[in-house]
Amino acid sequence: MTGWLIMGARPLGGDPADILLRDGAVAEVAPRLDARGAKVVDAGGLVALPGLVDLHAHLREPGREDAETVLTGTRAAALGGFTAVHAMANTDPVADTAGVVEQVWRLGRQAGHCDVQPVGAVTVGLQGTRLAELGAMADSAARVRVFSDDGHCVSDARLMRRALEYVKAFDGVIAQHAQEPRLTEGAQMNEGEVSGRLGLTGWPAVAEESVIARDCLLAAHVGSALHVCHVSTAGSVEIIRQAKSKGWRVTAEVTPHHLLLTDELAEGYDPVYKVNPPLRTRADVAALREGLADGTIDCVATDHAPHPLEDKETEWETAAFGMTGLETGLRVVQHAMVDPGLLDWAQVADRMSVRPAEIGRLAGHGSPLQPGAPANLTLYDPAPREPVDPAGHASKSRNSPFAGMVLPGRVVATFLRGEPTVLDGKLA
Amino acid sequence: MNRHLISAADLTRDDALLILDTADELARIADRPIKKLPTLRGRTVVNLFFEDSTRTRISFEAAAKRLSADVINFSAKGSSVAKGESLKDTALTLEAMGADAVVIRHSASGAPHRLAGWVRGSVVNAGDGAHEHPTQALLDAFTIRRRLGGRGAAGTRGAAAARPRAGEGLDGLKVTIVGDILHSRVARSNVLLLSTLGAEVTLVAPPTLFPVEVGGWPCATGYDLDAALPKSDVVMMLRVQRERMNAAYFPSEREYSRRYGLDAERMALLPEHAVVMHPGPMNRGVEIAAEVADGPRSTVVEQVTNGVSVRMAVLYLLLGGQEPAPSAQPAQLAQPAVAATGAGA
Repeated sequence: MTGWLIMGARPLGGDPADILLRDGAVAEVAPRLDARGAKVVDAGGLVALPGLVDLHAHLREPGREDAETVLTGTRAAALGGFTAVHAMANTDPVADTAGVVEQVWRLGRQAGHCDVQPVGAVTVGLQGTRLAELGAMADSAARVRVFSDDGHCVSDARLMRRALEYVKAFDGVIAQHAQEPRLTEGAQMNEGEVSGRLGLTGWPAVAEESVIARDCLLAAHVGSALHVCHVSTAGSVEIIRQAKSKGWRVTAEVTPHHLLLTDELAEGYDPVYKVNPPLRTRADVAALREGLADGTIDCVATDHAPHPLEDKETEWETAAFGMTGLETGLRVVQHAMVDPGLLDWAQVADRMSVRPAEIGRLAGHGSPLQPGAPANLTLYDPAPREPVDPAGHASKSRNSPFAGMVLPGRVVATFLRGEPTVLDGKLA
Repeated sequence: MNRHLISAADLTRDDALLILDTADELARIADRPIKKLPTLRGRTVVNLFFEDSTRTRISFEAAAKRLSADVINFSAKGSSVAKGESLKDTALTLEAMGADAVVIRHSASGAPHRLAGWVRGSVVNAGDGAHEHPTQALLDAFTIRRRLGGRGAAGTRGAAAARPRAGEGLDGLKVTIVGDILHSRVARSNVLLLSTLGAEVTLVAPPTLFPVEVGGWPCATGYDLDAALPKSDVVMMLRVQRERMNAAYFPSEREYSRRYGLDAERMALLPEHAVVMHPGPMNRGVEIAAEVADGPRSTVVEQVTNGVSVRMAVLYLLLGGQEPAPSAQPAQLAQPAVAATGAGA
C-alpha cells in the first residue's frame, strides 16, 4: 500500500483529524485512521487548508530568466503553500498566442512543483490596440480562461467592452489592471501627503477607481465577468461593493502587501517599496481588510513580481515596480487578517483557495478536504514567529518588502495530487 | 548636526543657526584680498552633478576651494553615466577615490538618500528632483536675516541693522513663496527651514501647482497673490517652466504672468521694507518683471554671493573643520569649530 496519512491536523483550523491521501485523492478524513502502509506525517497542531491558488504571479519566463523562471517561481509557490499559480502574460515574448501560453504551461508541468495556469494577454503585445487571439489560447492545451494585460490597463473603453463580450463564448474572464494612463503619467507612488513631501509624482486613487467604475458598468451592460486585479484603495472597495450589490458579475483580489504596508515606507526612497499599484494609506489598508473580511474582495492574490537586484538598487524613479510575495503571502494574511480576528481559517481557505480556483475556472483545485477530492492541501503551523529572510527564499529574486519583519507562521508541507512538494518546510 | 545634509528637516533650529552664524563669520573672508582658509586642506569634495546647474556647481566649487579642499567635478554628460553606469557604481568609484564629501545634484527625488547608503563621506544635497534643495533654503534664510534681521516679532532693532546678531532667527517674519510649488525643491526646503527658524510662510500658486495634501505643511496657502503681498516682509518668486502649460497646469504664459507674476505695479502692494527674492535662473517677464529683478529691493545677486558663504559653512561644519593652522584661523571661528567636533559623529 502507498499514500500518505496526515495525523492530527486541524482541517480549516477545526478539530484534529487524520487525513488519508491515496491515488492522488483524499481517501478518508476521520478522528483516527490506521496507516495501513501509508507514509505518516505527524501534523499535530498544524492547520490543514486546501492547496492555495494564486490568481496573479509573474514567473518571468520566457524573457527575464534572470529575475525568475517557471522552475524557481513554482518552487517558491510550493514553499508558500500554493498548489496552483496563474502566470501573468507580460513575458517576452508576450503570452498573447497559443504558442507562448502552451510553452509556459509545459514548463510548469516539467517543473512539477505546482500547477501553472497561464494567463493570456487581452491585446496583442499588451499594446492596448488589437485583441489577441483569445479563442486560440482558450482552445490550446493550456486552456486559458483568464485574460489580462496586467501591468497595462485596457484603457480603451470600446476595446474593453469587446474583450468582455468576446470571452463569454468560452466562459472566460477579463482581469483588469485598473490604471487610467493619463492620470498616472510618470507616477511613482500614492498621491497624498507623503508624495507631496517627498517630491515624487503622485498616483491618485481616482486613476484606479474611475477605471473600475467604468469596467463594472461595462460588465453589467454586456453581462460579462470582470475580475479586478490588486485593488488598492478604499474607494475601489466601495465601488465593487456597490457593483456586487446589484448582482453584477464582478470579482476582485487584493495583494498581501496592500493588506499590510503603507505609503509612508517610501520615505527612505528604498525602491523595495515601489510597486504598481502603489502602497496606499492606513485608511485604505483598513478598508481593504474590511472588504476581504466581508467578501467584497473575493480573494488574495500575491502579484509576486521578482526583480534582479540591479533593477532595485537604483534611484526610486528608475527602479522597477514590484515585490515578491509567494513565500510570504499566507504569513502576511495570518498577520493582517487572522491574528486580528478578521478571518478564521475556513475563510482563509475560501479567500486563498476556493474563490481563486473558481474565478480562474481551475478544475481540481480549491476543493474541500473531503473524500474523493483531489489531494491538494497545505499544512501550516501558525505558531512560530520569525523574521523574513529573503536570502533563504527559493525565488531567484530578493525584493521582498517584508525583509526583516517578524511574521507569524510557517508552511510545513504542501501536497499536490497526493504527493508532497514540500515536507518539513523544505522542497520534497 | 547629522553627517549628511539631505533635507532641511534634518536641521534643528540650533543646527540652522549654527550654519548661519558660521556663514556670517566666513563671509568676512570674501572681503579680504586673499579669500582662502586652510581649513579643509587635504580633504576631497566631489561635485557630482547629474543635472546641468552651472550656478549651484560653481557656488559649491568656490566654497570648497576657499576652504582649501581638493575639488573634483563630475558631470553626467560625457561620463560613465552616459554609458549606463548606475548611481551605485558611481558612488563606489567616488568612495574608492576617498571623497570626504559628495555634493549631489540629481533629477530623481531621493537620489541623495540612496547615495548616502553607499558612501562613507558626507552627502550634501544640491537639489534632488522635486524634493529638496537645503543649501538654497539656507542661503535664502541667510539673505533674509541679513536684510531684515531684528524686524520680526521679537525684534527691537531698526531695519538698518547692518549685521544680524548671532543666534538670531527669523521669528515673526512673513515670507510669501509664489509659483510652481508642486515641482519646486526650493519651496519644500524653504517651508521646512524658514518655519524652523520662526518665520510665517505663505505659499501662493494656482491650485494646479500645489501638491494635493499641502494642508499638512507648516505654512499657510492661498491662490491670490494680491491679497498676500501687503502682509509680506519677503516675497520669493519661483521659476515657472514654460512646458508646464503643455500639461495644462495653466492656460498660457501670459495668463500665468498676469495672475502670479511680480511686476512694478504689484510690487507697490508690498510694504516699503519688503524684499524680493528669486533662486534663479529667472524667466524675466514671466514670474518676475525685469525692473523688479534689477530693482533695489531685489536680493537676487546678493543671494548668489551669500550662497558661497553658506556652502562654506555647511562643508566646514560637516567635515569638522579639520585642524586649521592656528595663525590662519580667524578667532571668530573658534566657537563653531568646537560645535563641529561633535558633528562628525
